[in-house]
Amino acid sequence: MNLRRIWALLVARNAEFFRDRAAFGWNFAFPFLIIVGFGILFNGREFKQFQVGVFPGETVSADLSGSMLPEAFRRDRHIVLVPVADRTEGEDLLSRHRIDLLIDAHSSRHAYWINPSSPDSSLAERVYLASFMAGRQVPEKGVTRGGQIRYIDWLMPGILAMNMMFSALWGVGYVIVRYRKNGALKRLRATPLTALEFLTAQMLSRIFLLLFTLCVVWIGADLLFDFQVHGSLALLMLIFSLGGLNLCSIGLILAARGTSEEFTSGVLNFISWPMMFLSEVWFSLEGSPAWVQDLSRLLPLTHLLTAARRVMNEGGTFHDVSFECGLLLLSTVICLAFAAALFSWNE
Amino acid sequence: MHPILEVIHLRKHFSTVEAVRGISFSVRPGICFGLLGPNGAGKTTTLEIIEDILKPTSGEIFFDGSPRTNAFREDVGIQFQHTSLLNFLSVEETLATFARLYHRPAGLEEIIERCDLSEIRKRRNDRLSGGQTQRLMLALALVNRPRLVFLDEPSTGLDPQSRRNLWKIVLELKSEGRTLILTTHSMEEAEYLCDEIAIMDQGTIIASGSPAELIKRHGGLNSILLPCANCSCPLEALPLAAEKLDDDTLVIHVEEIHQGLNALMECGIDLQGISIHSPNLEDVFLHLTGKRLRE
Repeated sequence: MNLRRIWALLVARNAEFFRDRAAFGWNFAFPFLIIVGFGILFNGREFKQFQVGVFPGETVSADLSGSMLPEAFRRDRHIVLVPVADRTEGEDLLSRHRIDLLIDAHSSRHAYWINPSSPDSSLAERVYLASFMAGRQVPEKGVTRGGQIRYIDWLMPGILAMNMMFSALWGVGYVIVRYRKNGALKRLRATPLTALEFLTAQMLSRIFLLLFTLCVVWIGADLLFDFQVHGSLALLMLIFSLGGLNLCSIGLILAARGTSEEFTSGVLNFISWPMMFLSEVWFSLEGSPAWVQDLSRLLPLTHLLTAARRVMNEGGTFHDVSFECGLLLLSTVICLAFAAALFSWNE
Repeated sequence: MHPILEVIHLRKHFSTVEAVRGISFSVRPGICFGLLGPNGAGKTTTLEIIEDILKPTSGEIFFDGSPRTNAFREDVGIQFQHTSLLNFLSVEETLATFARLYHRPAGLEEIIERCDLSEIRKRRNDRLSGGQTQRLMLALALVNRPRLVFLDEPSTGLDPQSRRNLWKIVLELKSEGRTLILTTHSMEEAEYLCDEIAIMDQGTIIASGSPAELIKRHGGLNSILLPCANCSCPLEALPLAAEKLDDDTLVIHVEEIHQGLNALMECGIDLQGISIHSPNLEDVFLHLTGKRLRE
């Protein structure tokens, strides 16, 4: 391995990335916009709120004190009241899952409708029924102790890791296939550069860009939402570095052969989309079937996110995430060796 | 002096197509060796196998008397026919990047000056014209001071002045003792630059030698084209064998032009309006392959 050659290519690739303003801008804009979007959506609100349709519609905008809705229900922060014109419109919205519950605000019999195929509808019904119990003898209630994690704090590592995954797979895999197709790889092949040197340079260049993007997005989002990080930032950076390297090395395997950008694009989508849904980027897999959880554990993004959330949300130490870190490192070495063995400059 | 390059029984199959069919040749150091042939003859495949870009199906290649090793790439410079560069780098940055890939790179200023890139050194690769790109590709081929330079149709897309500059560079490289292997579609270029030529067709070498030897061997006779109006006597009465090219022109094939002209003058034939055609590489090519070079 010749470090001078690796450095030359790394510098060239970085210059190419930073000067491609469209790609450069989008790498920052994409994660930042998602975080800002979620921040705005859930700022001052709970993640889960039930949409309850109330008719006649004018009763919602007016003072509801004269309605038959219990005050406890009206003031519940998990409830959003949605005005609907009449029962027909309300039932239509309910059947299409646009609302979770429909209530006749002036019914002396407290008439309501649910959608039996919707779990949320069933839960909203329970909230509604429970509100009639206000002031009566109810079972003793306790609340969880300790600091609570906001959804945005839980989501933040997921969005950063997801961006990292897309950037690593496409920025490495797709770019190398494009190089091969347009003959840039052939030109490099005519030099003393080896496949391992080329792949290492591509990987290091991308990891530098990933971490740079990560830091900029992190700082920007932190200024807006004041993220809570309970563990070490340095450890978090190490975890993201290992995760990024691992995702890049997977990108290298995908780019080891082939000249079809369309085919590579399909394979990248095939890998990245399931990884996004099965690695707990958006939601926890707690309670999902065992085979889904087993499948999830095969994905590097799962281990990256588990470790990142453990440090960020729970204040985990290196000892707590050493298994995930070791796994990511081992997987990177194996993938890189595999990619170098498979790699072809022109086929 | 042993050859700098020796190719022995080289073959290359692409699934059902046999692109190169057991060719052998050698190249002496310090010359410009031309590989000519119609499209699809196997020139580029042969070149890319020698350059170690493609693997041969069988055959052997010796560089400087030994099989090629990893160090081979330090000693060769390649200008490909079709290739691409990193779009967002400037000419100067591209040269600097490639120079860092070699142990003994040439000075950047020297290369920039030699390939006439001074005015565009700061320009991005994706903003170069076809001719400027060709010059940059040539510069990249020379960035490591190669002993052996491969030029695959280097004058394609160049204007006449740039083409002359390219020829000047090739002659300079030869004078420095470097060896060049060139493919081209220009007969003029091949005749001007090449010391030895191999003509390929359908994956085999069908003729080789110096341009003069090839012309002498395969070019045919000189031709004198005589307007029919100049000749009042019947064809049989002429002192040389003549045939009708068309309704207006007679063609007379002779070994030596001056002897043919003398014979015609002795018969009192008016030489006004005649034209003379001497065989060239194009004729050699046409004779050997039955095709024009661009076919």
